Amino acid sequence: MTQSMLSAHDLACERGDRLLFRNLGFELQSGEALMIRGGNGHGKTSLLRILCGLSAPAAGEVRWRNQPISQAHEQFGREMAYIGHANGIKDDLTPVENLRLAAALGGRELDVSQATRALGQLGLSRCLDIPARVLSFGQRRRVALAGLMTAGAMLWILDEPLTGLDVHGVAMVEQLIRDHVVAGGMAIMTTHQALALDGVTLRSLSVGE
Amino acid sequence: MLKFLFTVIRRDVLLAARRRGDWLTAQFFFVMVVSMFPLGVGPEPTMLRTIGPGVVWVAALLASLLSLGRLFADDYRDGSLEQMLLSPYPNTLLALGKAIAHWLINGIPLLLIAPVLGIQFNLPPEALWILVLSLAIGTPILSLLGSIGAALTLGLRGGGVLVTLLILPLYVPALIFGAGAVEGVISGTGAEAHLSLLGAFLMMSLLLAPWVSAMALKVSVE
Repeated sequence: MTQSMLSAHDLACERGDRLLFRNLGFELQSGEALMIRGGNGHGKTSLLRILCGLSAPAAGEVRWRNQPISQAHEQFGREMAYIGHANGIKDDLTPVENLRLAAALGGRELDVSQATRALGQLGLSRCLDIPARVLSFGQRRRVALAGLMTAGAMLWILDEPLTGLDVHGVAMVEQLIRDHVVAGGMAIMTTHQALALDGVTLRSLSVGE
Repeated sequence: MLKFLFTVIRRDVLLAARRRGDWLTAQFFFVMVVSMFPLGVGPEPTMLRTIGPGVVWVAALLASLLSLGRLFADDYRDGSLEQMLLSPYPNTLLALGKAIAHWLINGIPLLLIAPVLGIQFNLPPEALWILVLSLAIGTPILSLLGSIGAALTLGLRGGGVLVTLLILPLYVPALIFGAGAVEGVISGTGAEAHLSLLGAFLMMSLLLAPWVSAMALKVSVE
């Protein structure tokens, strides 16, 4: 029997006085992807923020390798990568600088050629040394996704990763997630678009029904 | 751990270097406010000498408040603050790094301009030295305590005014001992006592402020 890497137990979330969800629990093993479903305002983003440790749940806990994530800040921080609504890209830095800085803040070394390769893979090889300010919304999203590739994390938590991406971009993200999960990684995501993830153990979870 | 601290500092200094306009605003504000006083009060040398230390110090407080608004706000807006909070290192180090970077960017230039501004107030050379020394000990306190206010008011509407109301009272000890040290030299009672107290206050802020602002950041981002 494989041990579950990430597990959530009896999670509840409140926003203001409103209860968004409660008694929410799941387990995720390596090589699995989890799709969070639910309408606008049902608490998908809140759930993802609880799972990555940015918000505290009103009840319940999230465990990573059988340790509550509040106690495993260091290990969880190394093995988890999160992309939220905001890209976390500094407008005054070039894409390469952005990736290298993000890696350094995560305690990793990333040389220019590695950063260039990741950006090239996402179709950004023409805008490597211009400030991110002049990139389009979709291109900035791609920079954030390139950061995901270079993060070397085992668990990806993606909040609407497809926002602003064109058809090629969507296909790239699908490929990225597929490769990651097939190689034994894990991904948790929300999206309103259909994702083609053949060959991946995809589970789904509904919130706020 | 230390590497993370240096990376945070290097990052903020690099970003400030890319946006020199934003960075220079607070420095010019400091110079302007201090220079207004001799013009407004009149050229009476003894009077200027009496008010000089206080004016330079109050202007330094206001200049540091002016730049505090952006300490976390930009990173909050573009999501990079979340990413840094999720890094595998303690959030206290992040808060400390941001405060140190704020001091390097906004505090050190004040130290360099202060003696020139002191001359406008007819301060004697030994008082100018003590003015720089008191600012050298005092401006890190402003950055450290200010980071608490900036973290607490993150994402609030009208946060800028709120920071002022929250943080100015905390700055009072630094103002009293800092300006007191310079006045001590002018009146001949010596500056050691004031400077020692200012140093003690710095140590206390260094211990407590990063910890408090890390907790405030966590709450604000949630």
